[in-house]
Amino acid sequence: MFDFPKNLEIGYQLSRLMDGWVDWVVINFDPLFRAINAGVLALLVPLEKFLMGEPLSYGWPQWLSMPWWLVIGVTVYIAWRTAGRNIAILTTVLFLLLAILGLFDFAMQTLAITFTATLIAIAIGLPIGIFGAKSDKMDAISRPILDAMQTMPSFVYLVPAIMLFGLGKTPAVMATVIYAIPPLIRLTNLGIRQVDKEVVEAAIAFGSTSRQLLTKVQLPMAKPTIMAGINQCIMMALAMVVICSMIGAKGLGIEVMNGIARLEVGRGFLGGLGIVMMAIMIDRITQSVGKSRESKVT
Amino acid sequence: MAVESAPDIRISVRNLWKLFGNNDKALLQEDWVKTASKAEIQEKTGHVIAMREVSFEVAVGKVFVVMGLSGSGKSTLVRALNRLVEPSDGIIEIDGEDILQYDNEQIIAFRRKKIGMVFQHYGLLPHKNVIDNVAYGLEVQGMEQLERHKIASEILDKVGLSSWEYSYPYQLSGGMQQRVGIARALALDPEIMLMDEPFSGLDPLIRREMQDELITLQAQVQKTIVFITHDLDEALKLGDHIAIMRDGAIIQQGTAEEIVTKPADGYVKEFVRDISKTKVLKVGSIMKKPKATIQESQSPAEALQIMKSEGLDYTFVVAETGELLGALNLAQVESAVEKGFETSNRAINKSCPRVLKYTLIDDVIPLVAKQNTPVAVVNDHGILLGEIEQSSVLSSIASS
Repeated sequence: MFDFPKNLEIGYQLSRLMDGWVDWVVINFDPLFRAINAGVLALLVPLEKFLMGEPLSYGWPQWLSMPWWLVIGVTVYIAWRTAGRNIAILTTVLFLLLAILGLFDFAMQTLAITFTATLIAIAIGLPIGIFGAKSDKMDAISRPILDAMQTMPSFVYLVPAIMLFGLGKTPAVMATVIYAIPPLIRLTNLGIRQVDKEVVEAAIAFGSTSRQLLTKVQLPMAKPTIMAGINQCIMMALAMVVICSMIGAKGLGIEVMNGIARLEVGRGFLGGLGIVMMAIMIDRITQSVGKSRESKVT
Repeated sequence: MAVESAPDIRISVRNLWKLFGNNDKALLQEDWVKTASKAEIQEKTGHVIAMREVSFEVAVGKVFVVMGLSGSGKSTLVRALNRLVEPSDGIIEIDGEDILQYDNEQIIAFRRKKIGMVFQHYGLLPHKNVIDNVAYGLEVQGMEQLERHKIASEILDKVGLSSWEYSYPYQLSGGMQQRVGIARALALDPEIMLMDEPFSGLDPLIRREMQDELITLQAQVQKTIVFITHDLDEALKLGDHIAIMRDGAIIQQGTAEEIVTKPADGYVKEFVRDISKTKVLKVGSIMKKPKATIQESQSPAEALQIMKSEGLDYTFVVAETGELLGALNLAQVESAVEKGFETSNRAINKSCPRVLKYTLIDDVIPLVAKQNTPVAVVNDHGILLGEIEQSSVLSSIASS
């Protein structure tokens, strides 16, 4: 009477069904996932080596990669040009701190994964966001999916990611993409929809094709919002690296995991601090890229 | 459907309907919709009616003003003319072609060549500077930058913004931004300009200035203009022809004079109530025929006799063609008779004041006020048509 009328059988069957789907995908689409794996690694591995100052591949000269001081120099230069002197000084200090604490190589591994995931997220998310802004139907369909992606605990898709791609960097990157892409899609969509209706009307009235409308009016005007989306995307990707280190991604997350596993609180804390410092640097720099545009436009 | 248009008609709109909603075309097949009220349609179908059987014609080089309050459908109407809004039913013929039959490519070509548009909030591209904004319509056509900047810079010169080419819109005042908007439309050298409440967002002083400038500009460029406004004064000032819209339908169209003197219904009457008639009425509408005129060949003695018999102390002298030569007063005639002149025209005052028949009454008030004799009204060829007196001008002011 006071028990909820539950049917364990339905839940069981449903979960079995999904197991079946995943198995089926793993078996039948293996070549596809191998190809994706190879593609991601082709992007990620050289980037990682490049940032860590190692030869890009066996037998390649080392001078093709960046020594640590050049990485710092280039980053500080970018910070100085986009965000001004204060952020450049902050970047220098944080970077030197990372190096002194012995976290520089870990930080570069994390940066490589974050960059790769962000690039893939932009390549996928930007077109989806644009399409969502142009079509209300697409918007209505994508909204609940994005909600699910944002609220679904990431551990849930880490496992199938391992089944599909095997342990290592690729499932980490793909899981990061899934976790980090929703804000980019949402903000791209929002940015384009927010473009002043009269400006869009004007562009059409003067004979723009829909492609011209997008490239000459909507995207430039939505740029600050899209940049905010990319910023959010990078931040979320950074936050994901600790979790991804559980499935074989290297980087600062490994330090955190090791610290937890060995009950070395200080070590874990330092790793976490490294992530925070990275986050501050990247956030300030990417934010100012969006802002410098914005102040010019409004 | 090819319907013959008179050659000097540029825009011909017939039976245009617009219902906002997903099922507009099918709904218009149902008879009850055609006569139902706006509220009834909305309640029964969820559709909002924005245009109801709108028909009008605009001749080449004329300014057609559509006047209405918000929600009257005037913005929808102007957007239908370049198909920013797709009408539900009807015909829009521009130079004899029904633009509603155009496919996507044709409509883009049409917008690029034939029709320019000016927006209420200017609609400028905030990330482009002034010259690139003006050249935008040329840019999307694929014109080279050097060439399009040359054209844009000429147009900017015309609207008085030549030193602002490389400023951004946010650096400009509202009036200047709207000049950029007008320049952008002119850069395409279109035959038709659509202006959607272009001056509504401006201060009253700037607004008047812009209206005057538009009149000057229009005299130079002679475009066919469809001008939307909610301001009756603006409509009367700018429009060769005025249409008044309410709830999607045109309830009256005609010249400014017709609208003010013969309002079609109570709604229009209420609108024009505060309009001073002297600002709309032309001299021709209050002039009277002179009781008598003197032919130049008649002798002073004959003139004196005519004036005495009609009880006039002031009259006009005309040539055989009817052309006004001058005026005579009683004293002049009497002295001419004494001097023994053979014809009257030796005695006349050739510089007597005269006004053209389509001058606004408002503009002749100062002249008439200081003149204690009647003022002659003539047409473009100097032919005497009639006269106006202080009393008739006063009564036209009093009746408004």
